[in-house]
Amino acid sequence: MSVVPAEVLQSSTRGVPEQARGEAELGPRTRLWPALGAVYRAQLSRARVARIPLLFVATFQSIGILIMMRGVVDGGSEAESVVAGSAVLVVAFVALNLLAQYFGQLRASGGLDHYATLPVPPAAVVLGAAAAYASFTVPGTVITAVFGCVLFGLPLTHLWVLAAVIPLAGAALSGLGAACGLLAPRPELATLLGQLGMSAALLLGVLPADRMPEAVRLARDLLPSTYGVEALARTFGAHPHWGYVLGDLAVCAGVGVASLAVATWAYRRAAVR
Amino acid sequence: MCAVRGLTKTYPAVRARRGAPGTPAVRATDDVRLDIRRGEIFGLLGPNGAGKSTLVRQLTGLMRPDSGSVEILGHDIVRHPERAARILAYLGQESTALDELTVSLAAETTGRLRGLDARRARAERDAVLDELGLTPIAGRPLKKLSGGQRRLACFATALVGERPLLVLDEPTTGMDPVARRAVWSAVDRRRAERGTTVLLVTHNVIEAETVLDRVAVLDQGRVIACDTPAGLKEQVAGEVRVELVWREKAPLDVPEVAALRDRATESGRRWTLRLAPEEARTVVATVTGGAAFAALDDFTLATPSLEDVYLALGGAARQGLVKA
Repeated sequence: MSVVPAEVLQSSTRGVPEQARGEAELGPRTRLWPALGAVYRAQLSRARVARIPLLFVATFQSIGILIMMRGVVDGGSEAESVVAGSAVLVVAFVALNLLAQYFGQLRASGGLDHYATLPVPPAAVVLGAAAAYASFTVPGTVITAVFGCVLFGLPLTHLWVLAAVIPLAGAALSGLGAACGLLAPRPELATLLGQLGMSAALLLGVLPADRMPEAVRLARDLLPSTYGVEALARTFGAHPHWGYVLGDLAVCAGVGVASLAVATWAYRRAAVR
Repeated sequence: MCAVRGLTKTYPAVRARRGAPGTPAVRATDDVRLDIRRGEIFGLLGPNGAGKSTLVRQLTGLMRPDSGSVEILGHDIVRHPERAARILAYLGQESTALDELTVSLAAETTGRLRGLDARRARAERDAVLDELGLTPIAGRPLKKLSGGQRRLACFATALVGERPLLVLDEPTTGMDPVARRAVWSAVDRRRAERGTTVLLVTHNVIEAETVLDRVAVLDQGRVIACDTPAGLKEQVAGEVRVELVWREKAPLDVPEVAALRDRATESGRRWTLRLAPEEARTVVATVTGGAAFAALDDFTLATPSLEDVYLALGGAARQGLVKA
């Protein structure tokens, strides 16, 4: 079938011995930002094909929890933390749970080979996917927060703070999700870790902390999503303590940087075995 | 352009655990030595588990060998595995990273990640999709396509962002003849215009014989032969292959047939014999006349293929190379 004999091609390069030519020119190295943009765009487009049903599930789950808690909580600070917890739960579901599953499956099926044989900085693959999953959470989180505020009669005035809460909590949780997915030796373990993380965010984030025993409160303090919940809950008051809000968001940002760094390291490790 | 010396990789033994028996250490590639020349289509042929994929993973920088060296276009890939991605394009067997993208976006994204700027990535995407006849399905996600179409779309991503070396792991699996022809004419065009080199892992003996310039036959991690397909076949030129298919069972009451039994490889109703031309003529005369003919369903007489070469070289357990 091949119409070009190899001898013809060899004669065209004859007279230039391989050794004399030395190292051939390498293809360009892809820079971080364009690569990140390309990965982000590709991942975002996957929502249209694959992720829509689960994004609905994430939102409905949180709205269901709000309706359920309506009978238990009677306004005040408890209502604030329930609304904030449900809104951030959407982030935990998508960024932590679904991303852990995605990377777990990609690693197990050999899909990482595709990226590993392209000259892409590892950070671009991890950050692009994490950013896309954080973006998936935007509609669900906003809908849940608005619905919760209306249901519990909370002011919508400071909901703009979601513009900071979603990316920062998203960074922290998607970093954890990516790290879990890439470090887990088997895809089932990645799924398990993702589910456990989400369950923790559900139990520790949505239920008001004041009624919890000391040990659970400590666990709550260790979970990064808690700081997203706290930051959002504080803004429902008439005069929020903006210093504390910033502090909570800074914790999210710090965890985000650290966990994304770990995830990038885990990607590098998973890609070359 | 690609020199491999003493490449060895051993998978460590796995200790038995509850419910899972242990496996001994496996030497997946054993002192492999290869030289691939610029502009040729070089094939790796071997049965499942021969070490083809392990070898390819080491050549593409996806796996570190235990010892040995890989040099591609003057670059030491063992020491700098990250350079492999800037020299070669790899088409693996898995498409999970691309499955949920449209054909068009998969090609464009891969081009971007191969370092093209947005405009060139789009231009090359359009050119490649057009060349392979994928334009009509450019807007469909890969996972909604048939196996052959998906494979062709993955092949398209390997072509966007030109590379001097293409490493293709069973590129035409599941493709219809039209798609297959599109693949080989795209490869030929790149060879003629740019001297692109192709390393092809294949299972398909017929394809191997028609497209490859040279082929290395792998068996249990070792290269047991390396030559042109014609050169390899010369090694068994003195033999022809006779296949006999019996209606129900072989007529062993015919003495000539009973005498052949020891020399035949039996597989159900099928007997495969490798014989000198003279002998083959006698066998065919015997089975097509007299009592044996009544029991005969079908027979074929063929010149040797790479499959026969593999068996003649003493391939593992004489179980055959692959199903052609």
